[in-house]
This record gives sequence, structure tokens and C-alpha cells, in this order.
Amino acid sequence: METRTPKNVFKQGAISSGFIGDSIAKHQAKTSIGAHNIFLGQVRADVIGGKIVSAIEFTAYEAMANQKFDEIREAAFQKFELTCMHIFHSLGTVKAGEICLFVFVSAPRRKVVYKALEHIVEEIKANVPVFGKEIFEDETHQWKKN
Amino acid sequence: MRIPIKYFGLIAEITKCQEETISFSGSFIFELLETLHSKYPELKNNGFQVAQDRALVTVETRLTGEEIALLPPFSGG
Repeated sequence: METRTPKNVFKQGAISSGFIGDSIAKHQAKTSIGAHNIFLGQVRADVIGGKIVSAIEFTAYEAMANQKFDEIREAAFQKFELTCMHIFHSLGTVKAGEICLFVFVSAPRRKVVYKALEHIVEEIKANVPVFGKEIFEDETHQWKKN
Repeated sequence: MRIPIKYFGLIAEITKCQEETISFSGSFIFELLETLHSKYPELKNNGFQVAQDRALVTVETRLTGEEIALLPPFSGG
């Protein structure tokens, strides 16, 4: 059972595949789990007006964002039969091709994790005050909108 | 009332600062926004939401003296 202590969801820089792998490994001890589902948000090298996005620099209203992440977690635990849930979001610069969002849900059975994961990711996109500055290869930038 | 205000993303580029404290005699968010619009005319051309004490509020909300934040469109993920 997860407790309601607000966690810091943010990590400085990209979320590494090693970190993601370790998170999966940690769940081997939780043997009531029968299904995991993982969402990984990756920085896309969009081409905008002939210029290529090379990185996104993330900032956030951290106090409000961590509160929102906590509300989303609590609501998801109410709505879905989940064993556990982990959310990590990058701050600072994340290059194209690197991971900036990691959402990991686990439950005894599979059907619930499909629905829960989509719900959580959409809630994050819509309601958490995180701001992405798309940096182009020529070092100009524009602000991303979801 | 002295009101601490935080700016983020594109809004912080317009204000050229990430936070400031404004001395202000009005009572409502919309009055504060009128003051900010005259200080930073470019704000008018950019959409943002307002949070007070880390929760989104409407412009008719009464100021409490808690922290205000001007939040441009969210783009996490």
C-alpha cells in the first residue's frame, strides 16, 4: 500500500535506461504483481519551420507540480486496482532521443494496467505545470504546447 | 498587500524575471492582472492560467496574499 507522502517526481536531466531497468528489477520481490505497464516519453526531433529540435529544456512550478502528481497518483489508486505506481519526470535539458517521462504501473492482473497507464499519462499532460522549451540545432528556441 | 508572484516559461521571458513581489492595493486577481498587463504589455498576447497558493484560480478570485503564479500552457511529458 502506498502512503500519501508527497514525493519529488523530478529528476535532473534524462531518465536513463539503467534507472528504468533497476526500477523493474526492484519489483521482483513484489510477487502479488502479475502485470506491469510502462510509458516512456521520449524527446522527438521535430522539424519546425525547417529547423530541427535538438533538445527540450524542462522547467516546472515544482511545488504545484509535485502536489498535482500526488493528486493524480491518489486518484488513480482510487480508480484502479493497482499494486504500485511510479512517476518520474525530467527537469533541465533532455536531448532528442532521450527519455523525459517514465510512468510505471503494476497490478495483479493485466487489464487494469492498460487503462490506468493511459489515464495517468493523459492527466499528467493536461494538469501538471511543466514547461518545455524546444531548443533547435541553431540554438534558437520555441515553447512547446501539449 | 505585498504579493509574491512567480513567472514560468514564455511568461518569464516576457517579464525578464522568475519572481518578484508587488505592492498592490486591489482585492482580486483581475485587478492584479491589470497592473501586470500595464507593467508588461506583451503579456496580453500570450495565454496563461493563474494559480494562487499552488491551485488554479479564476480572475474573479479574491487575493489572499499567498503566492501567485502565471502559468503558460503546460507541456510536460
